[in-house]
Amino acid sequence: MSKVASMCDAVAALVHDGDVVAIEGFTHLICFAAGHEIIRQRKRDLTLARLTPDLIYDQMVAAGVARKLIFSWLGNPGVGGLHAIRRRIEPSAATGPDWRPLELEEYSHFGMVGRYTAGASNLPFYPLRSYFETDLPKANPRIRPIKSPYGEETVYAVPPLKPDVTIVHAQRADEHGNTQMWGLLGCQREAAFAAERVIVVVEELVDESVIRADPNRTAIPGLIVNAVVVEPWGAHPSYVQGVYDRDNHFYRDWDAISRDPATTQAWLDEFVYGVSGRAEYMRKIGDERIAALKPSRSALSGEVDYGVYE
Amino acid sequence: MNEPSAAGGASGAPASRFSKSEMMIVAAARELAGQRVCFVGVGLPNIAVNLARLTVAPELELVYESGAFGAQPARLPLSIGDPTIVTGATAAVPMFELFSFYLQGGLVDVGFLGAAQIDRFGNINSTVIGDYASPKTRLPGSGGACEIAINARQVFVIMRQSKRSFVERIDFRTSPGNLGGAETAARIRREEGWLGRGPSVVVTDLGVYHFDETGEMRLDTIHPGATLEQIRETIGWEPKIAEPLATTPEPTAAELRLIREELDPEGAYTK
Repeated sequence: MSKVASMCDAVAALVHDGDVVAIEGFTHLICFAAGHEIIRQRKRDLTLARLTPDLIYDQMVAAGVARKLIFSWLGNPGVGGLHAIRRRIEPSAATGPDWRPLELEEYSHFGMVGRYTAGASNLPFYPLRSYFETDLPKANPRIRPIKSPYGEETVYAVPPLKPDVTIVHAQRADEHGNTQMWGLLGCQREAAFAAERVIVVVEELVDESVIRADPNRTAIPGLIVNAVVVEPWGAHPSYVQGVYDRDNHFYRDWDAISRDPATTQAWLDEFVYGVSGRAEYMRKIGDERIAALKPSRSALSGEVDYGVYE
Repeated sequence: MNEPSAAGGASGAPASRFSKSEMMIVAAARELAGQRVCFVGVGLPNIAVNLARLTVAPELELVYESGAFGAQPARLPLSIGDPTIVTGATAAVPMFELFSFYLQGGLVDVGFLGAAQIDRFGNINSTVIGDYASPKTRLPGSGGACEIAINARQVFVIMRQSKRSFVERIDFRTSPGNLGGAETAARIRREEGWLGRGPSVVVTDLGVYHFDETGEMRLDTIHPGATLEQIRETIGWEPKIAEPLATTPEPTAAELRLIREELDPEGAYTK
């Protein structure tokens, strides 16, 4: 049976107030379209998990959907800070007596990857050689030292992270949710397998035969997918390898937009609340900007031969 | 302590021919001579490592924490997850593999880190200024820095010097360096099975520091045009200074051409 749904229906059915939500993707394949739909549907009290909260969570925090962040690197890469989030962390930015800081649960990248891995593989913790002699375990007491059962060595453990819903963007999937991606893979597979519910958002819906022709490229099987949303340009201003480039100008522009709460809200009003969905958003972005984000030329992989064995 | 002779311009090269940032990038790149596998961070490390690949370290394999190994970027990436680091790379792997097999497995020779604060022993803060629970300034946090500092065979640091960044006491230890001194650090690293030997180089806009037998950083070369007065004004403790103190060799025309024409034509990192 087809799992293809509209973004509006998928988010309405699968994202609930109070959920732990992971919209993963490391720089690459960040599903801004889903984040914007969550804002439009005015979800509340979400715990947002991501290694790098990035602009997507800065926008979602600014829109008031989040209660808490679980993360490992809080910045706008190569540009600076995430100002809307900082306004919910730094007391000097307090707007009044009703200001409440955003709750933070902080790890390192490897710690976050380990958390999803433990969640995906039904383990009580993930061990790693990190955090020694740092202040991170003091800042987050869920990072704990454990002794090896096979010797004297101590390593650190992080607890499993099992999102209520993980949202993953990819190049293509079939109607069952069998999903293929290439380029930087981040920890989308781990985050998807760890989750209770999974939404896959793709640039292109393909026939099952396309997936079966290249099984090594399948990152997420339809088995764990609840909905497939077909949303071209759904990752903008993030990017999709081979389809469109990262909109670095927007990442720079956001620094100025987000420094002031009023301009931040005005941006949300125009580009999120003011549009019905991604297609209308892209019309506002404009053809000129879209054309500039296409790759200069193709870089096709060679084909491999899987062989037929009868 | 004598002022280095070249600081007054005895080298014959007016410092205005190249910027302090360009000198810093060139000095950092040269430190990578002979290295094989380097874990690249965002910003200044990115351009320094790419310059090294084109000059002193042609065999250098660039590893980005986003999951690219053996990257050959065709343009200077703004972020460390840019599509240009994937096209033409040796491998694009899940982050789990990168951190588990490549980094924790001991394959990374040099981890390149930036910092908001550093102390004399090379301990790094990139998390908060002020109190953690109620910070004056919230910074990005660890990212992969904490595990890089522990598992990369050695750590290079590149950052601009100031009284706010070179401090007696860092506000938060995000990435361990030589802890309270070389002896303790060596014992803890051995006992806890860290693969890394810790920080080995700090390159700033004023000079190049290495770490002495006590684990403290020592100014080994001063950049052309910089003075010891400037060094002392921008460091929160009385710095150790090599005797005799050499001057960092100026950037060559070839190095400057690569930076200006190929690596950073818009001057994003070098202005």
